[in-house]
Amino acid sequence: MSEHIVSPKIYLLIFTTLMVLTGTTVYAATVDLNAYFAGLNIIVALVIATCKAILVVLFFMHAYYSTRRTKLVIFSGVFWLAIMLFLTMGDYATRSWEAH
Amino acid sequence: MATTTTAPAHTMPREHYLNSTYGIRSWLLTTDHKRIAWLYLAGVTFFFTLGGIFAAMIRIHLLTPNGLLVSPETYNKLFTMHGVAMIFFFLIPSIPAVLGNFLIPLMIGAKDVAFPKLNLLSWYVYITGGCFVLYAFATGGLDTGWTFYTPLSSVYSNSAVAPAVIGIFINGFSSILTGLNFVVTIHTMRAPGMTWFRLPLFIWAHYATSIIFILGTPVIAITLLLVALERTLHLGFFNPVLGGDPILFQHLFWFYSHPAVYIMILPAMGVISEIIPTFARKPIFGYTFIAASSIAIAVIGFFVWAHHMFLTGESTYAALAFSLLSYLVAIPSAVKVFNWTATLYKGSISYDTPMLYALGFIGLFLIGGLTGLFLACLGLDIHIHDTYFVIAHFHYIMVGGAIMGYLGGLHFWWPKITGKLYPEFLARVAAVTLFVGFNLTFGPQFLLGFMGMPRRYHNYPPEYQVLNVLSTAGASILAIGYLLPMIYFTWSVRYGKAAGPNPWPATGLEWTTASPPPTENFEVTPVVDWEPYDYKNRPDLGLAAPVVPLAPAHGDD
Amino acid sequence: MEVLAPAEALDIETEEGYRVHRTGELYGQYQTLEQQKDSATLGMWIFLATEILFFGGLFLTYSINRQAYGQVFAFSSRTIDLKWGAINTVVLIGSSLTMAMSVWCAQVGKKKLVTLFLILTLALGSVFLGIKGIEYHAKYVEHHIPGLSFDLYYCTNNPSACGLSGQALENEKIELEDLTAKAGGPDAVNAHSQLFFSLYFGMTGLHALHMIVGAGLLISLILQSLKGRFTPEYNTPVENIGLYWHFVDIVWIYLFPLLYLIDRH
Repeated sequence: MSEHIVSPKIYLLIFTTLMVLTGTTVYAATVDLNAYFAGLNIIVALVIATCKAILVVLFFMHAYYSTRRTKLVIFSGVFWLAIMLFLTMGDYATRSWEAH
Repeated sequence: MATTTTAPAHTMPREHYLNSTYGIRSWLLTTDHKRIAWLYLAGVTFFFTLGGIFAAMIRIHLLTPNGLLVSPETYNKLFTMHGVAMIFFFLIPSIPAVLGNFLIPLMIGAKDVAFPKLNLLSWYVYITGGCFVLYAFATGGLDTGWTFYTPLSSVYSNSAVAPAVIGIFINGFSSILTGLNFVVTIHTMRAPGMTWFRLPLFIWAHYATSIIFILGTPVIAITLLLVALERTLHLGFFNPVLGGDPILFQHLFWFYSHPAVYIMILPAMGVISEIIPTFARKPIFGYTFIAASSIAIAVIGFFVWAHHMFLTGESTYAALAFSLLSYLVAIPSAVKVFNWTATLYKGSISYDTPMLYALGFIGLFLIGGLTGLFLACLGLDIHIHDTYFVIAHFHYIMVGGAIMGYLGGLHFWWPKITGKLYPEFLARVAAVTLFVGFNLTFGPQFLLGFMGMPRRYHNYPPEYQVLNVLSTAGASILAIGYLLPMIYFTWSVRYGKAAGPNPWPATGLEWTTASPPPTENFEVTPVVDWEPYDYKNRPDLGLAAPVVPLAPAHGDD
Repeated sequence: MEVLAPAEALDIETEEGYRVHRTGELYGQYQTLEQQKDSATLGMWIFLATEILFFGGLFLTYSINRQAYGQVFAFSSRTIDLKWGAINTVVLIGSSLTMAMSVWCAQVGKKKLVTLFLILTLALGSVFLGIKGIEYHAKYVEHHIPGLSFDLYYCTNNPSACGLSGQALENEKIELEDLTAKAGGPDAVNAHSQLFFSLYFGMTGLHALHMIVGAGLLISLILQSLKGRFTPEYNTPVENIGLYWHFVDIVWIYLFPLLYLIDRH
């Protein structure tokens, strides 16, 4: 069965990057970024978390080396979550838009 | 009109999946998808009967304006339990778990599904969930409506909500595992030569349904779990008094429950796509469009859920978006109806029982679907939301559509499943009875809703009585239409004529093996090198002669 | 094309050139080991997609509630000990590393190391669960468990019970007073804070449940690997349970900032 074998060097590199990102997100929480831009703290936190998640999915879970079908499954799961989150939050966000 | 070809009398194969092993353990511990289909048949029939009894009690109660049969509290329990039993334990599993389980491996040329043990586990999970719900029914009932809106369900109801939602939660995993099994099976277990576009449309329909199972069901699972936790631990997610939000529950609930209605209809559409070409003796019109529309319905269906919440407090802009998307989702369904009709055009049509159900489906689904568009219109929905118009709409789709598809499919594949023929004349009588009874039951309800009769009310103003009585009369005829198949199907297992491998005849891999099939489905793995619905080109099935054109040939094939 | 017979056909070479190896049985419904592996992997990925939606409902609930009660959520989040959360994050990502390493060892045929890395993964996972136990206990002591005499004001009223003193105690008192004034009274603060902690326990609890299941799966893998079952030709269970384990790690990667890092300034 042919499969791409990812070397431990790459795993170690990814792990180190994840550690750096973890430190970064902890540090970012101690800085009041909301003063610059409303909601910047949560945006930064989610961006960092997503970068970490992408690294885990691509390299620890071998998604980078996998078939199109696998990538479609991953994309579908994430996309469907996005539908649920964004359309629901869209309802809440636009409630204050009522024309008076 | 000739029905089945007059062939020499067939005999049952000596050994097949039903008699290859004996004993209760060989059934309860089976991993054969065909036997698991029977296990599900038993389960869904039980819940259908239970839901039907509740429905009968509702209709009897509504014979008089002040209610004839039960107290208001009990009435609430009746419609709730009718909905829960029918939706979660009959309609959602019915075609996929019974017909899908039986046919998918056969149609793709495989020995079984990808995960047979998981398939059996799915059934046990279904039964476990069902037991929890039955326990809830027996110990206090359920009065929140099948929609479990909070905070009634999570705080104030005095009925057995917690066991019921836990039961539905558990049952959700049955769906998820079945959907997972089907998707993997369809991807990896196809016989050589069975390319994606040679697959029967039944398979495409179940693939689309499985997408919904996989991506939608987990959300209702976590939502109902939260309701159970809220009820038992007094958390506050959906309780305004504690800072929670009932609309959040509705978003979470409908994110699954709207696509759930597509779970209920897509498999039925798949059945219709199999029946129509067979009894019109023509290839299906627009195969690719029907396949694509199944996927489109599954996908777009996830974008429309808040059309159930137009009147409960969502923002106007969200409502506009969801209304527009709801209109969009009607388009792929319409594509299918056009294509089925085009298949019938210039076909050599015979009116066997499955075809009667299929034709009934097309008409009734059309009405049900179009009235859905009425409801998707924001302005109109203000008037008809929560009235009998909604009830008539979804019963036209779920009974006139899904159940007709289920029964049509059962009749169509009964010879394959049991090796026996059901009595054709009686079956046609039953089909017509069902059609008449159904329309008499639910047709008046459109009028009632339009005239303003609210749903889920145990009483009504006297001016609605005539239509209610008509509806109940129709229900009694409908009940006969349901009872007859239960009787003659049971009869046919023992006394029916042997069907032979291909009684209709139909194209499709499942008809190339014996009836009933052997446990391993095929003696030798089939190799597919023909196109689906090849009705013009099968001399081996007596289908060589093309339809005589009515006008000089103008190459419209 | 004949269908291969199941378990009896081990250790033979078929005409198509497939070697059916002793360490991997071909199940009856499959034609080839390739098909079996393909099915198992696709099955696991689809299952993980369902898990995304399953946890997703909780993430949605969290989002809506945080949007509504941001300040109470921020305060409540600060009462959770950041150091344990950070250590747990490092531990769990570390366990993903060791899990990936065990897959690599199987792929290159280092059978003994497979077991070692699986045990390391289990050990790190257990450390994670142990630390969670410590955290939950701390919440219990501070009366931050919803439904169990929940009281966000308990610690400022009983500082010794929570280990609060000096400047930290004063700061917390001031913040809490400020919060109470903004949020509309102590009942509202308690109610909304209960929402936060319900989500905290609900989300980390569901996550911990998944880790316990994962631990069970790891034990099963360890026992199998001790018998030398995982080879370059057959390591699908390690790979697929690895996928599950990494997924649970990803859930934590999101839980950590959302629950612990709302506002640490």
